Amino acid sequence: MFQKAYNWFDERYGISDFKDTFAKKTVPIHKHFIWYYFGGITLFLLFVQIATGILLLFYYKPTAAEAYESVKFITTKVEFGWLIRSVHSWSANLMALSAFTHLFSAFFLKSYRPPRELTWVTGVGLIGIVMGLGFTGYLLPWNELSFFATKVGTQIAGSVPVVGSYLRTILRGGEEISDATITRFFALHVMVLPICTAALLGLHLVMVQLQGMSEPISVADNPDKKTMKFFPNFFLRDLVVWLLVLGGLLMLSVMFPWELGRKADPFMPTPLGIKPEWYFLWMFQTLKYLPAKILLFDGEVVGILGFGAAGIALVIVPFLDIWSRKGKRNPLLSIAGILAILYILLMTYLAYFGPQK
Amino acid sequence: MALLASAGYPILRYITPPKGTESAATSVVAAKVGELARNSGKIFKFGDKPGILINDLSGELSAFNAVCTHLNCTVQYDPEAKCIWCACHNGRFDLKGRVISGPPPRPLEKYNVNIRGEDIVVSKSV
Repeated sequence: MFQKAYNWFDERYGISDFKDTFAKKTVPIHKHFIWYYFGGITLFLLFVQIATGILLLFYYKPTAAEAYESVKFITTKVEFGWLIRSVHSWSANLMALSAFTHLFSAFFLKSYRPPRELTWVTGVGLIGIVMGLGFTGYLLPWNELSFFATKVGTQIAGSVPVVGSYLRTILRGGEEISDATITRFFALHVMVLPICTAALLGLHLVMVQLQGMSEPISVADNPDKKTMKFFPNFFLRDLVVWLLVLGGLLMLSVMFPWELGRKADPFMPTPLGIKPEWYFLWMFQTLKYLPAKILLFDGEVVGILGFGAAGIALVIVPFLDIWSRKGKRNPLLSIAGILAILYILLMTYLAYFGPQK
Repeated sequence: MALLASAGYPILRYITPPKGTESAATSVVAAKVGELARNSGKIFKFGDKPGILINDLSGELSAFNAVCTHLNCTVQYDPEAKCIWCACHNGRFDLKGRVISGPPPRPLEKYNVNIRGEDIVVSKSV
């Protein structure tokens, strides 16, 4: 029966060619092998995001007046609504964690070296989209925490020189965070950014398929290197890892259901402890320490330009690392990467556990 | 290129919100006389922005735009430190609205406070 169906499709669409491509694909085996799983984990969590996001759309109402109540309705009245929302929120955070792990592992293994420069560029683009999805999704429950975090976030965008004010108005749909903002964020969260994700992810995956998995420099030179067939060997291992991730995700969602918090009131003072999503925290905390004026410029403008420069540097890493292009090792960029991670971890720690007042 | 520009321009204009939605309020009743205890503050609605009315220890009233000049959070009165405080990045302003410490680059916009009968009326300088 299955063979008949297969033949039917093969006659019409030549699917054997795809099968052959998969059959030829191999995965290098070496001591850093474990990092290969994180791309797949990110992809799996994206599927979870799409599935739970669609389910949330059945009840969610994207207006300032109804958003909070509709999420409350989902979590308190709809059967398993609390679970769907909790899984959506937890998987969003785990997806960001997995995506960052994937990015940093590719950075330290220098997977971006030729011919995979554009795979890296599309990957960094996807990280940007993941952050955008997190930022826009954070506001949607319209609670106190998300309201003020969005206020700060959009104001940060507003501090960008020249186009900042226009950018802030476009993001907010006006001067203030309002009904117009939630509608826009909703449109970005469920349509614009997912379409961008699909396009960029498609490119990223096609590149990985065409060029195969990258090997670390130390492995590439080894004549006795071992490989494993992608299909079915690595694919089945991927499935087992996905099952483990699903188990962990469900455990977190059940044991620690995502809180809804209090409804946002634009005319209340910003409460103590306002924080954006954890992956924005290091920037939020940095802005806390910058003085009001740095030379002639406002401190936050200097900070934002610094974040922008760091983002651009990340995109062009493959073109900056001239040593790995020649297949040589140079620890300078790795040291810079370690310092950047330590800085991010320190700022995040201070945001959670440092003095708040 | 021209085709892209001709398609992009209307989209860019479309996503730019129409002007004139901002409230043009220039004065508002912020509180009733006697409503605010000494050494306390109250957030009130001034058009579409929050304002803060403060009754200091001596009973003097002052009012400001409550939007922090750093990153737009809404400030509050800190009765212990007797200053205006922003919880987002720990910015502090004195009771004249001037920056005491923290990252805010500019003072808070000061409003005029008048008492009309039972009402505390706050107005913007025009």
